Amino acid sequence: MEQFFQQLTNGLAVGSIYALIALGYTMVYGVLKLINFAHGDLFTIGAYLGLTVLTSLALTGHLGPFLGVSVLALMVMGLVALVGALLDRLAYRPLRESPRLSAVVSALGASIFLQNGVMLIYGARFQVYPQDILPKMAINLFGLYVPLIRILVLVASVVMMVALYLFIQKTRIGTAIRAAAIDQGAARLMGIDVNRVILLVFMLGPALGGAAGLMVGLYYGQINFTMGWMYGLKAFTAAILGGIGNIPGAMVGGILLGIIEAMGAAYISIAWKDAIAFMVLILILILRPTGLLGERVAEKV
Amino acid sequence: MAPRNIIYSVVAVILAVLPVFLNAYWVDVLNSIGIYAILALSLNLIVGHAGLFNLGHAAFYAIGAYTAAIMNTQFAIPVLWLLPLCAFTAGLFALLVARPIIHLRGDYLCIVTIGVGEIVRIALINNVFGITGGANGIFGIARPSVVGYVIRTPHQFFYLIWAFAAVTILLFHLLEYSRFGRALNYLREDEVAAEGNGINTAHYKLACFVVGAAWAGMVGNLYAAKMTIISPESFSFWESVLMFVIVILGGSGSIPGVLLGAFLAVGLPELFREFANARMLFFGAAMVAMMIFRTEGILPHQPRAYKLAKFGEGEGGQ
Repeated sequence: MEQFFQQLTNGLAVGSIYALIALGYTMVYGVLKLINFAHGDLFTIGAYLGLTVLTSLALTGHLGPFLGVSVLALMVMGLVALVGALLDRLAYRPLRESPRLSAVVSALGASIFLQNGVMLIYGARFQVYPQDILPKMAINLFGLYVPLIRILVLVASVVMMVALYLFIQKTRIGTAIRAAAIDQGAARLMGIDVNRVILLVFMLGPALGGAAGLMVGLYYGQINFTMGWMYGLKAFTAAILGGIGNIPGAMVGGILLGIIEAMGAAYISIAWKDAIAFMVLILILILRPTGLLGERVAEKV
Repeated sequence: MAPRNIIYSVVAVILAVLPVFLNAYWVDVLNSIGIYAILALSLNLIVGHAGLFNLGHAAFYAIGAYTAAIMNTQFAIPVLWLLPLCAFTAGLFALLVARPIIHLRGDYLCIVTIGVGEIVRIALINNVFGITGGANGIFGIARPSVVGYVIRTPHQFFYLIWAFAAVTILLFHLLEYSRFGRALNYLREDEVAAEGNGINTAHYKLACFVVGAAWAGMVGNLYAAKMTIISPESFSFWESVLMFVIVILGGSGSIPGVLLGAFLAVGLPELFREFANARMLFFGAAMVAMMIFRTEGILPHQPRAYKLAKFGEGEGGQ
């Protein structure tokens, strides 16, 4: 039972990271109907930028652990948002009127480019996050000791997801995003600058993905230039699981996938952990392509 | 003879005599180019002709290679005799995997094939059924022999691999202009119209997937015979990406384009070894630029031209 609850909290933490990345996929898909393959690499860039900013500015030394990490997270989110905007401008915007599959190839190319760019700048080896950033302690939850970082990751992700949800649902700009997702042409007729909405989506998604990268660095302590690919695929699985294009769906799908994976690693086999996620992806696409909460992905004939 | 055919013949003759002037290292580079060229041609059938995005082609390649390795080391069957079996296992696997997913929309199919490729690689590392040798792979695969003549050196392999490439080019060229090839091109351009004209699109998509996979399985056999040792790393996602890049950059649907793509993507990094690390960076940027400025690739597919009958003086013609 102890192991079950430990795996459950671990699954919740990892799942909330998946959910944050999945939001980026789902928002871009919602507006552009494009799978942004480069999104996983924006996540990697977040992790690496987090490390660079952390070691060069020593924020936690000046501001204390919690405020320092919060400021760090905001800086990383801002920087990754800029990269996301640049990506849209250079790789996707020239292809707005092209066939869908051209944009998919462009996205793949951008992904390969960013991943290898990170490798050339930072090197191919694993990079290690400093170990003393957040206090290493476990919190007693109903007689169960859970590491503090696990709870922080979960809380921070939930706060960001709720903020995003409220932003999309309650503000004027959020309404514009929803309108553009439903019908771009009609949105344009209503005076919405769709290109600016897309740019905004390409900043919001990567900002969350970059924050997720920072969390992975803090949670696992080491990062690698290829990790965005695996996290990206899993987050994409999470987005499909919840129903792509659907923001609450991405959150539910992420958390669910995290738990499935943690349980699978604990009770089936750790060596097959990554394969379990892909099995989930294939099964969901075969059995219920709409995901748990919506969107149709099979070809209409 | 058309000027194009003259160019192709000259290139073929140059390629055939090239090993005489090159040392073993450069012949081996040409062998790698040959292997990737055949793999990319088989992928071209799926990506270029039918327009199905497959980023898990390395899985079928791996299944062919492992079939050859296991049957050769366990039962001492000569490697080249296993070619049909490799094609069969890879094709059967493709059939089983693709059957339920073939109706998915382009980008989703792409994601699922990535997933399949990863599952196969993880299964190989985890020594599935206890026969794949885990992360170390399988070693001690016997050298192939052709009518009693054992093939050992890179120079000998050159002729084996490129003979296979020549057969592949010929067959795929014929396939391109067959009823089957036309049906694939039709469903790539407009699936609804193709279905409306009585083309069973699901059937054709599946058939082309299986043929492409079976061909990759046979290349796996050649690869196992050439290396005599295979391991899961040789069949990673990046192999699938490289094949995909060759097809897209060279010119999807075009056989000369794919061959040129193989020379550029595999040969150029050997010429500029100091930049070898940056090659994927360059390919990534090239893919984006290509989609923006020249979607159809370096040597695009030339649709077959049919000459019209002449109606009168100065009219008709091309």
